[in-house]
Amino acid sequence: MDILNALVAFLNFVFIPGLAYGAQLALGALGVTLIYGILRFSNFAHGDTMAFGTMVTILLTWAFQSAGIGLGPLPTALLALPFGIAATAAFVLATDRMVYRFYRRQKATPTLVVIVSLGVMFVMNGIVRLIIGVEDQNFADGARFLINPQEFKAATGLAEPLAIKTTQAVTVVAAVVVVALLFWFLQKTRTGKSMRAFSDNEDLALLSGINPDRVVAVTWIIAAGIATIAGVLYGLDKTFKPFTYFQLLLPIFAAAIVGGLGSPLGAIAGGFVIAFSEVMLTNAWKKIVTYLVPESMAPDGLVQLLSTDYKFAVSFTILIIVLLFMPTGLFKGKSL
Amino acid sequence: MITRNLMLFGAVAALYLLTGLGESWNLSLSILNSALLATIAALGVNMQWGYAGLFSTGVMGFTALGGLAVVLVSARPNVENWQAGGAGILLALILGAVSVAAAVLAWQGLPKGRLRALVVAAILIGGFFLFRAVFDPAVTATEAVNPQYAGNLGGLGLPSLVAWPVGGLLAAAAAWAIGKTALGLRSDYLAIATLGIAEIIVAFLKNEDWLARGVKNVTQLPRPWPVPLEVDLQKDPGFLDFVASWGWNPVATSTILIKLLYAGLFVVVLAAIIWAFERALNSPWGRMMRAIRDNEVAAAAMGKDVTRRHLQVFILGSAVIGFAGAMATSMDSQLTPGSFQPLRFTFLIWVMVIIGGSGNNWGTVLGGLLIGWLYFAVEFLGPGMMAAITSALPDGWLKAHLVGSAEHMRLLTLGVILLLVLRFSPRGLIPEK
Repeated sequence: MDILNALVAFLNFVFIPGLAYGAQLALGALGVTLIYGILRFSNFAHGDTMAFGTMVTILLTWAFQSAGIGLGPLPTALLALPFGIAATAAFVLATDRMVYRFYRRQKATPTLVVIVSLGVMFVMNGIVRLIIGVEDQNFADGARFLINPQEFKAATGLAEPLAIKTTQAVTVVAAVVVVALLFWFLQKTRTGKSMRAFSDNEDLALLSGINPDRVVAVTWIIAAGIATIAGVLYGLDKTFKPFTYFQLLLPIFAAAIVGGLGSPLGAIAGGFVIAFSEVMLTNAWKKIVTYLVPESMAPDGLVQLLSTDYKFAVSFTILIIVLLFMPTGLFKGKSL
Repeated sequence: MITRNLMLFGAVAALYLLTGLGESWNLSLSILNSALLATIAALGVNMQWGYAGLFSTGVMGFTALGGLAVVLVSARPNVENWQAGGAGILLALILGAVSVAAAVLAWQGLPKGRLRALVVAAILIGGFFLFRAVFDPAVTATEAVNPQYAGNLGGLGLPSLVAWPVGGLLAAAAAWAIGKTALGLRSDYLAIATLGIAEIIVAFLKNEDWLARGVKNVTQLPRPWPVPLEVDLQKDPGFLDFVASWGWNPVATSTILIKLLYAGLFVVVLAAIIWAFERALNSPWGRMMRAIRDNEVAAAAMGKDVTRRHLQVFILGSAVIGFAGAMATSMDSQLTPGSFQPLRFTFLIWVMVIIGGSGNNWGTVLGGLLIGWLYFAVEFLGPGMMAAITSALPDGWLKAHLVGSAEHMRLLTLGVILLLVLRFSPRGLIPEK
């Protein structure tokens, strides 16, 4: 029995990665849920919006790095992030003007708009691949660790190291800040209130003089911003690869649906539900179990419930369970 | 209208003829065969979307299941691997099925409440551990035998033609499971659920080496019935005499002849499917489907079971996609799970349906052959075309970059075409009547 080491191993391999991944998914799902709440369609281009924003940020990060501008221990990408957000917002607003507005005016069915978003996804995907290629891009710099595993071992005398990467810390802090800002915006500002009213009842909102074009534009800008932040954080934590961002659609949608489509609070809860289920089911528990049970009972295998190749199966299974037993999600979606 | 449609088909035929004359007939027929297979899958999607308005993004998954069927049915059985772990794997699969069935029965039989949830969860978790306890050692044993060239259980050694309907059945079974959960809810849920199942099916094929060797690929699958192997044809005296009498090269002629045979086979299947689909579309069933698509509420008020009809058409369409997937694997003589990309196997098919004319089978065929030509021809001709377009640019990294990423232009072009057609000609090239 070695509870301390087991706890450190749990923090190191399950809790901290899960927390960072959950924050990234929550931000992604927030974007999906906002679009769904206001514009009333599932945006299949969201993964590629994240990829687009991240790509712009990466290109600027490289420019800053070669110019010798940096943030010391923090990743330079944070400096490039606002520009990435601006570029993505401009791109998304142009898409809305050229593509989505037509269908909104026509009052097209949500399914048709989903297919349209598929076309937008193609275009964004093509642009990203044309500009930056399909390979992995690593753009994290600055200090690698907030808590260095070697120093931690030396300081505590435990057998298990604890590592907190700077990118993980940045991810969690950034997610908290973004979510706090978003909720303040939705609850307290006039524009935020009009967005919630619009999501709740479009006709009533129009009758009370809310300008729908403004609400839609603000929604796109916020969604682009959150998507870029989510994409950059994910890319910093892991690596940037366009196809991975397309694949993120599934866990992101699963998170949004688990929480209840259209509910921002639900998106955050859903993000963490999906992330922790994924990490816990695909984690090899051998180390932790070995610390907890008597030596004679130590397991031979990896004690891994699912191989990591099946991590999408986890979000999918949760999605199916939610669809079967509570189709509106944990937080009763469909309103903002 | 008929003349216009015939002219459209003539223009597409001209594309293939020009490819044959300008490049090579071999290339033209390769493109045609791939396009025909994609067209058959597109007919399945058209049934789901055009007849019933169902949006599924799982085409890739159903195609892959069709491919799996070819391995399971027509590959050679690997007797030593069967002896090593076959029984264990079968037992584990049965145990898994039994525990799922028990869970379903418990859910239906027990009174609602916390007890029911606990019992069902206990059955599922216990079943999972029991399954893994039997399954894991059996898989390890199976994969340890001859891992270089086998390592999987292999198939039944039956003819390839038998595998095609089995591919349809596998896809139909998967579609039933997905449809049961996701249909009848919001329409987007089907899109998201099918997106997920497609990823999972491909991940499953990539990782379960005992089943179809995973990314190590199963090769040398037998050819379907009338198609011989090139080497056999080149030894056939009748064929050699025939070629000699025309003064052709036997090697080149044999590859072209075999591609022609495949094309003929696929056209027969395509024609049969179109015939059946047209009959269905013009029957009372087809009218009911369109009524449901155009106004679900009204159709439900008329006493039609909308969800049930949706499930039916979703399964039918998916079966056709699985059938096409099995044919594609048969033609390639190999199953390569690593090659399944959603762009090529799902979204390309969607573009075909929408551009051709959703709801119209002939439109789908036209769209399939046209977009198939564009997509596959660019694969062969793309770098040269890009080099020609950029020839005005000075040599340098920009030109090299553009030529090198010609492949990604396909995505962009497909996306732009899709958006333009949806906006300016939403009914497609040959609209529904």
